[in-house]
Amino acid sequence: MWSFSNIADQIHEWLSSTFNPTWTLIIEMVIAGVCVIGLFAALGLVLVIMERKVSAWIQIRLGPNRVGPKGMFQSLADTLKLLVKEGMTPNGADKFLFNLAPFIAMIVAMLLFAPIAFARDFQLWDLNIGVLYVSAVSSIMVISILMAGWSSNNKYSLMGAMRSGAQIVSYELSAGLSILAIVVFTGSLSVPDIVRSQADGWWIFKGHIPAIIAFIIFLIAVTAETNRAPFDLAEAESELTAGFHTEYSGMKFALFFLAEYMNVFIVCAIGATLFLGGWMPFHIGNWEGFNHAMDWIPSSVWFFGKTFFLIFVIMWFRWTFPRLRIDQLLNLEWKYLLPISMFNILLATLMAIMGWHF
Amino acid sequence: MFIVKYIKDIFGAVKSLSIGMKRTLYYFTHHKEIITQQYPDNKDTLVLPERFKGEVVMPHNENNEHRCTGCQACELACPNGTIKVIFKNDLTPEGKKKKAIDKLVYHLELCTMCNLCIEACPSDAIKMAQTFEHSVYDRSQLTKVLNNPGSKIMEGVE
Amino acid sequence: MYRQTDIISDSRISPQEGDLVINVGPQHPATHGVLHLVITLNGETIKKVEPHLGYIHRSIEKMCESLTYRQFIYVTSRMDYLSAHINNHACALCVEKGLQVEVPARAQVIRVLMDELTRIASHELWWGAMAMDLGAFTPFFHAFRERETINDIMEETCGARLTMNYMVPGGVMQDLHPDFQKRVKEFIQLYKRKIHEYDELVTDNIIFQNRMKSVGYLSPEDAISYGCTGPTARGSSVSSDIRKLYPYEIYDKLEFDEVLETGGDSFARYMIRIREMHESIRIIEQLIDNIPEGDFQAKTKAVLKLPKGEFYTRVETARGELGVYIVSEGGTTPYRIKFRSPGFSNLSVLDHIARGSKIGDLVAMMGTLDLVIPDIDR
Repeated sequence: MWSFSNIADQIHEWLSSTFNPTWTLIIEMVIAGVCVIGLFAALGLVLVIMERKVSAWIQIRLGPNRVGPKGMFQSLADTLKLLVKEGMTPNGADKFLFNLAPFIAMIVAMLLFAPIAFARDFQLWDLNIGVLYVSAVSSIMVISILMAGWSSNNKYSLMGAMRSGAQIVSYELSAGLSILAIVVFTGSLSVPDIVRSQADGWWIFKGHIPAIIAFIIFLIAVTAETNRAPFDLAEAESELTAGFHTEYSGMKFALFFLAEYMNVFIVCAIGATLFLGGWMPFHIGNWEGFNHAMDWIPSSVWFFGKTFFLIFVIMWFRWTFPRLRIDQLLNLEWKYLLPISMFNILLATLMAIMGWHF
Repeated sequence: MFIVKYIKDIFGAVKSLSIGMKRTLYYFTHHKEIITQQYPDNKDTLVLPERFKGEVVMPHNENNEHRCTGCQACELACPNGTIKVIFKNDLTPEGKKKKAIDKLVYHLELCTMCNLCIEACPSDAIKMAQTFEHSVYDRSQLTKVLNNPGSKIMEGVE
Repeated sequence: MYRQTDIISDSRISPQEGDLVINVGPQHPATHGVLHLVITLNGETIKKVEPHLGYIHRSIEKMCESLTYRQFIYVTSRMDYLSAHINNHACALCVEKGLQVEVPARAQVIRVLMDELTRIASHELWWGAMAMDLGAFTPFFHAFRERETINDIMEETCGARLTMNYMVPGGVMQDLHPDFQKRVKEFIQLYKRKIHEYDELVTDNIIFQNRMKSVGYLSPEDAISYGCTGPTARGSSVSSDIRKLYPYEIYDKLEFDEVLETGGDSFARYMIRIREMHESIRIIEQLIDNIPEGDFQAKTKAVLKLPKGEFYTRVETARGELGVYIVSEGGTTPYRIKFRSPGFSNLSVLDHIARGSKIGDLVAMMGTLDLVIPDIDR
């Protein structure tokens, strides 16, 4: 059957038979890099148009409908516009850091693609601490935001960056703890292991109460971690004009913009992997016919379907809720999410020991 | 009791948020609620109300005749000096000299569509038109002469 | 002599070492116009707010002195453009007071209907804009759905959507459009069908309530001493509805309640406006089937001349008390005109209520004060 893993194997075999192992590795890395950049661009375009359509329909508007069929090329046109726009650097800015910050944001988003299993046996880098790697690397994002805010030499930017620092550092905790609940169930940090453990049912069903609590906390925490409304205090349009990227324009702004969407994609992919079974199809007990029909759908479709569902949920949050205030944001984390997730992880541990999950 | 209140708070919050999300999901799935008017596309079917104040025009009949006597009521009524009446001397059939309008100059760029000139006009010579796309590249094009060239006053209008 | 430096040293708190002074506006998404606030911050906490005015000063009061009593009314639409009808109404009332003209009953009812429709339209826009200040973008579009319906009604009867210039001394400029009653009833239907969504989307939302409650507290004493009127004062339980206190037109014959809240915080001011919309709908429902027949305009002279003297009238706009003060020398143009605009006094409490709260709160407070900048500067 056609699948990503077959293609990858064939390419690997062909390269191994043609070149020596070192060159094979180098060429494979180049191919992977090109694929990631391609995926990056494609996902960016898709997510931007998706966000615009979702917001338009929620706001009883039509949304973009001029460029291409049903406006589907609108984000392509926008990207083109951003590419040819002048990327200005303010006079008082720290020029080196100012220009470096968007690239760091971009690189972090790219690094995060490594451990994600996009389809059955298809992964860039199968490392045994995949989940830990994601939560570690995604924290580097805050450095690029702080760098951008500080080097812009703008008070709004600086305040946005400081808010973002406080926010990401605190929400990292509950995001990590809710991931840990699943790690406790699975007993492994490796992404393929976690996916394989869900062959007989997704964790959100198998782990019932603690898994559902962990899932909700995970969704809230990653929304905050990616600086999306209602937690978009780093940008806070009506308060700080545009927050940390006030002074950015052109492609440098576009890189921040892309990195935000990429981060949303990654955290949703992680959420889909941990709670919704990654590329595992949906199975119900002993319904053989139904299960076979589900198996017939390619695993990559399952993965992207779940991920895009979670992305939709995060967009749905954004277009429904007002923004929190900075002290309420921190209250929510330290007084509600963190105690609940700590309690939750105790419950999950107890369940894992007693074998109460299915 | 603290714990009970804490848990109640959480459930109350989740409930209020989910009500809002239900409402937005309703609009997300019900596209017939969309209220957008696709303006340049619906130009053919776009009907403006008959009282819409777009610009001042002077209707002429098929013989190129208007109803303006040149009484200057509109010029006096206008708060912005939008209308200027310029006179000429006409000859009546009997050979007498008669005052008549040469040009009724209308500065659209000054007009605030307050309708006072229309109200002031005793002979219904001017009215508001329903056009609204007034943008031009050169400001001088906004200064218009309302009476057609060669037009004259209608019979019987004093 | 009052020099700029005097004003700065006069202020109770001047910036100290470590304070962050930032300019919010004149171009800023939350100021809804060209308001310029210089805010002194300690971290996220506001120490001082200093509004700088004058960016949209068009000297409307001076302009009015060169216009006749018929002409000057149109300019006042440009003051508080969201309640243009009510501004025009105030001016028309003042001229009528000077002329001693009796306005026909039909004109009075039409005026009140238009005022209340304007009030609803203004509050709808305020609701959407305030939700947008708090970061929720969706309510803005939902508010515009209802507001556009009112604008369509206005366009049909008055010929314009925002600056109608429909009130003239002695009545209204044109009679109602034949479809007016039908359209207004349709609007009331739409309003009643959709108003619960406002609560679902914003009022009952836990994030919104936390943002608004016990924020920007204004005590009744302060509300009086700062001269606040309208929903801002009524949120602090200060009775200030001109329609009740100094009834004009037919408001004394109508059944409606003055909306009062005791909270004094942003949420109280929010609820006042939401409840005022219901009251306006109540007034419209009483009047829409009972529009008396008759003239829509009293007979007035072609050239209006006010007798020598001073005339003052006040009306309740969507934002508070609007006073019109005309000094006449007996000529065709006023000798002096002064507008007492509600936005100016309401803005003056901003510094008082914003001290000690966060930047996000400042935005919410500015939203609940419902500032319209052209009204403040005139």
